[in-house]
Amino acid sequence: MSENQTRDIGKFFFNKRWWILTTVLLVFFTLWTAEFQQANTTSVLVSTLRHSTPLVLGAMCGLLCERSGVINIGIEGQMLMSAWGGFMVASSSGSLLLGVFAGIGIGMMMGGVLAGISVGLRGDQIIAGTVINIAAIGITSFFFSLGRTLPSGKAQVIKLGPLADIPVAGRVLFSNKPITYLTLLMIPTLWFLLFRTKWGLRTRAVGEHPSAAETVGISVIGMRYLNVIMGGGIAGLAGAYLSLEAVGSFERGMTNGKGFVALAVMIFGRWNPVGAWGAALLFGYASAIQTQFQFRDWLTNDPQFIGIIPFVVTIVVLAGFVGRARPPASIGQPYSRE
Amino acid sequence: MPILAVALAIATGAIIIALSGSSPVDAYKALIEGSLSDSKSIGRTLEKATPLVMGGLAVAFAFKAGLFNIGGQGQLVFGALIAGAVGYGITGLPWIIHTPLALLAGAIAGAMWGAIPGILKATRGAHEVITTIMLNFVALNMTDWLASKVWREEGVIVRTPHIESSAEIPRWGELPAGFFLAVVIAFLCWYLLRSTTFGFEIKSVGLNPNAASYAGISVKKIIIMTMAISGLLAALGGAIETQGVVGRYEPGFNAGLGFEGITIALLARTHPLAVIPAAILIGAMEAGGSMMQFKADVSPEITDIIQALILIFVATPIIVRWFLSQKEANELSVSTTWGS
Amino acid sequence: MSSNTLALEATDISKTFGSVKANDQINLEIKKGKIHALLGENGAGKSTLVNILFGLYKADSGVVKVNGDAVDLGRPKDAIDRGIGMVHQHFQLVPVLTVAENIVLGNEPANKASVIDIDNAKEKVRELAEEYQLDVDTEATVEDLPVGTQQRVEILRSLYRKADILILDEPTAVLTPQETDHLLQVLKKLASQGVAIIFITHKLREVLEVADEVTVMRNGQVVGSTTPAETDESGLAEMMVGRSVVLRVSKEAASPDETVLSVRNLCVEDDRRLLAVNDLSLEVRSGEIFGIAGVEGNGQRELVETITGLRTIDTGEIFIGDTSISEFSPRQISELGVAHIPEDREKHGLIGAHSVADNLILNRYYKSPFSNRGIRQQKAIANYAKDMVDKFDIRTPSIETPSSSLSGGNKQKAIAAREFSHNAKLLVASQPTRGIDVGSIEFVHQQLINQRDQGLAVLLVSAELDEILSLSDRIGVIYRGQLIVTADAADLDRNRIGRIMTTGSDSN
Repeated sequence: MSENQTRDIGKFFFNKRWWILTTVLLVFFTLWTAEFQQANTTSVLVSTLRHSTPLVLGAMCGLLCERSGVINIGIEGQMLMSAWGGFMVASSSGSLLLGVFAGIGIGMMMGGVLAGISVGLRGDQIIAGTVINIAAIGITSFFFSLGRTLPSGKAQVIKLGPLADIPVAGRVLFSNKPITYLTLLMIPTLWFLLFRTKWGLRTRAVGEHPSAAETVGISVIGMRYLNVIMGGGIAGLAGAYLSLEAVGSFERGMTNGKGFVALAVMIFGRWNPVGAWGAALLFGYASAIQTQFQFRDWLTNDPQFIGIIPFVVTIVVLAGFVGRARPPASIGQPYSRE
Repeated sequence: MPILAVALAIATGAIIIALSGSSPVDAYKALIEGSLSDSKSIGRTLEKATPLVMGGLAVAFAFKAGLFNIGGQGQLVFGALIAGAVGYGITGLPWIIHTPLALLAGAIAGAMWGAIPGILKATRGAHEVITTIMLNFVALNMTDWLASKVWREEGVIVRTPHIESSAEIPRWGELPAGFFLAVVIAFLCWYLLRSTTFGFEIKSVGLNPNAASYAGISVKKIIIMTMAISGLLAALGGAIETQGVVGRYEPGFNAGLGFEGITIALLARTHPLAVIPAAILIGAMEAGGSMMQFKADVSPEITDIIQALILIFVATPIIVRWFLSQKEANELSVSTTWGS
Repeated sequence: MSSNTLALEATDISKTFGSVKANDQINLEIKKGKIHALLGENGAGKSTLVNILFGLYKADSGVVKVNGDAVDLGRPKDAIDRGIGMVHQHFQLVPVLTVAENIVLGNEPANKASVIDIDNAKEKVRELAEEYQLDVDTEATVEDLPVGTQQRVEILRSLYRKADILILDEPTAVLTPQETDHLLQVLKKLASQGVAIIFITHKLREVLEVADEVTVMRNGQVVGSTTPAETDESGLAEMMVGRSVVLRVSKEAASPDETVLSVRNLCVEDDRRLLAVNDLSLEVRSGEIFGIAGVEGNGQRELVETITGLRTIDTGEIFIGDTSISEFSPRQISELGVAHIPEDREKHGLIGAHSVADNLILNRYYKSPFSNRGIRQQKAIANYAKDMVDKFDIRTPSIETPSSSLSGGNKQKAIAAREFSHNAKLLVASQPTRGIDVGSIEFVHQQLINQRDQGLAVLLVSAELDEILSLSDRIGVIYRGQLIVTADAADLDRNRIGRIMTTGSDSN
């Protein structure tokens, strides 16, 4: 390797030193609490991936909207409605695939509502998002009736051939369910689209300085509508994941704050799909660790203290790191040409 | 106008009821009967309206400083729990001391809980929408723990013991005194915002924090104090509910009330006095719900949907344009960015 | 004039915003290869007109012809396709993207899969920069570049799209005299290559220097067309304003007294933790106006913020009278008798939704008689406000009107009214006449002189060199956070100041 290349690699690791340190510490912590047993370790890592999937999907929805300049705090509502809608369609039709499409479709529709209010009508984006959240809770609670089930059960694991037999890694990376695989593929894809293509450059321009983009002929309003609706579809996928792949049924309020944690993930990941994945894994770990506590019989008498871990971590991240994070400059501000 | 939004929502609700197989006319008639027909039902309505007044005030007050307090639920349960704890834990006090003391304790708990996101926002720029929601979950867990471990009544059910009668808020006939207390507080908020220097500072920060800072106002202090007051108001709603209606704290207490506060505040266009009729309207819907189920066989959750619809209709064009004209052209303060 | 030498022709263009007629039957003829100046005060309608030409606004009526063909300019894209390019007053560049990315944005070289070929883009930009001698670093991030360089990027952006009609909106507002000269050279070169140039400005000297033709606008209408050969500065000024204008304020010599503001070895960091004010010292005495000349971004903002208490001192000291103000809050400094006219009146000077009355007492709302034990005294506020509106001739429907409804000039008068009635010892005025009409400018300048004569000490920061030269008794030239030269106004001239502003050195 040339000297320059060595230096570049060294710089890369130095820049990511906090991530590396954290990862090393967490790996060690995991092994320690799992008493260095393979089964426990594997289950923690699997659980981490499980918990992180809806978070990274929600974060990708959030960053797609915010990179275009629109704050979306309605991710929670989008996920909830899609979880419900996908479940309803899947249980009536018997087809999980149809349910997933329904979930994505509902997410896109709600993205359309958000875009309509905040981009078309230039309404306050936070209020628009809150309206979606409240509407979602109301509608899903009202139309929910107990007793529905998925005829063929929830989505099953697909093993990727011999790769799935590798100890630990095989179970974690190569024996997953469809939406999980899809998510892992989406992350680098979205990164590439955002930073290497025309659409990506224009999106970022629209989010940072919309009038500059308009001046060179880009339609700010058009791009925002497109991206917010697509983002909604991604949130819809997250909802479908929850009811069709993770749990296998719908419960009232089943998103339980994940849509908001996704926003913290997005910020922590600096509006970058790969960064968001790292942050999602961290948060997923915080949720997965709850089972670890049970393994070690910690705090079993006071489970509420374990229950607050993900939420406290979110607050700490937000308070600790936001000051150093720089969002796209135009978020929150309605755009008009004249 | 908000009236139009309500009318539209009721009409849409009628359609949904019809689609689900029941008669809208019967449903609405039962709703009115259950909420406004006699002093007993009016009492029920006012009872439901009381925490809504406080929740609406909390959100509206925070809005004035450009802050979006979605933590009403968490602040409220702390207020309810602490009031309940003081209510049963201290004995031998006369009513005139015990009741206000319990209320005060709940209020302080709420003020502290509300101050946390205020401090995080003022010092670290953390957006209060996320921190308040996160704190809601933390509050639910913590009050759960306190009610099941620390201040637990003997027995199987998880709840605090019943409060002493010296801490109870009375009823005047069928009407809950707590409601009138809430009305007084609404007037106090209105006066504070309108006529005091402090209220001027709060509004200035909400309208243009940059210019307010230039004028010598400490924006950080105002943010923290406003969130504290907002938390206090929500918590008082919980305290009044505990002391006036339930008599103790049970987990599962009035879940979702924080969000209803937002509906009320938006319906009232964040005016402290308009919160009162808005709360009565929604309170009436909730009070009449069980009658509606009984007589017209319509699930009471339809009122949730109607509320969501009201919110949608209220939050789109009309009120949105109002927000746009009331605030600086580029400073829709609710939608601040993540780090300040 | 045969129409094929006309690059652009606008006929009977009208545009109304609400109740304001911004453009009223405007006629404009722009010839190929000529520099056409569009002159007028703020609010005359020049920006509206060119925004219509660039497709950002749609005219209510009228026809625009480009190279003889009538065109429909609904969006900037339409204008760009027709060869019209624009360099905006507030640069339309995306700060976080690189120079190359900004220039090719919207027209990116890419393969079939939409993947951008960034090396190709950089190469094309480099070629273009060389051809027009507009030196830029294609990989630099725009927000790190100085203002003059950013402007070059804006110009290159239009050239990249093969513009043959180039519109420049107040391009010299942010440039030093030397950078202005360079820009005017570039424009002359472009014109000689056949590019038609529309040059908006309110600076009379530049018009006479570079324009081939001049159109003057006032109150939305064209009031005259001429050429530099046929007129002079006062002739142009009279066309612009409609009456004869005092171009220089008349003032007597100052008689300064004791020192009111004393800044010693001040070092202050900016928001990015870089040193913005670097070992700066100055003194302002009562009864004198000290003007700071310099290109924006050389530390003036940080200096003003530190004196008014919005920023903390890193090292050094600031004294108001005998009191050191380190660790003082803005309110405490205000209480010491410091008044401030802020640079950005919308952001810092006024709370638009509050009434004119509330804004007039914004610096004293908490004191008696406007507030008594925490309760506001509405009657006292109203009486005071009515008084101020009369005294300062603030045009407003009532004192309860939200201040956002006032015109720019009246907003500035309101701020001036508030700060001048402060019984202050020191006034810090930043860009006090930016973007307001000539009548209001005259008013503010006169007020500054009057207050000075009554003993006020004034620290004046302005990007308008003429304003500094006209008002100041003493001048300091700031460059990269240091005062390179401090002298009596009489001892400094335009060229010398301009040289220091650009290069930071006083030597030839």
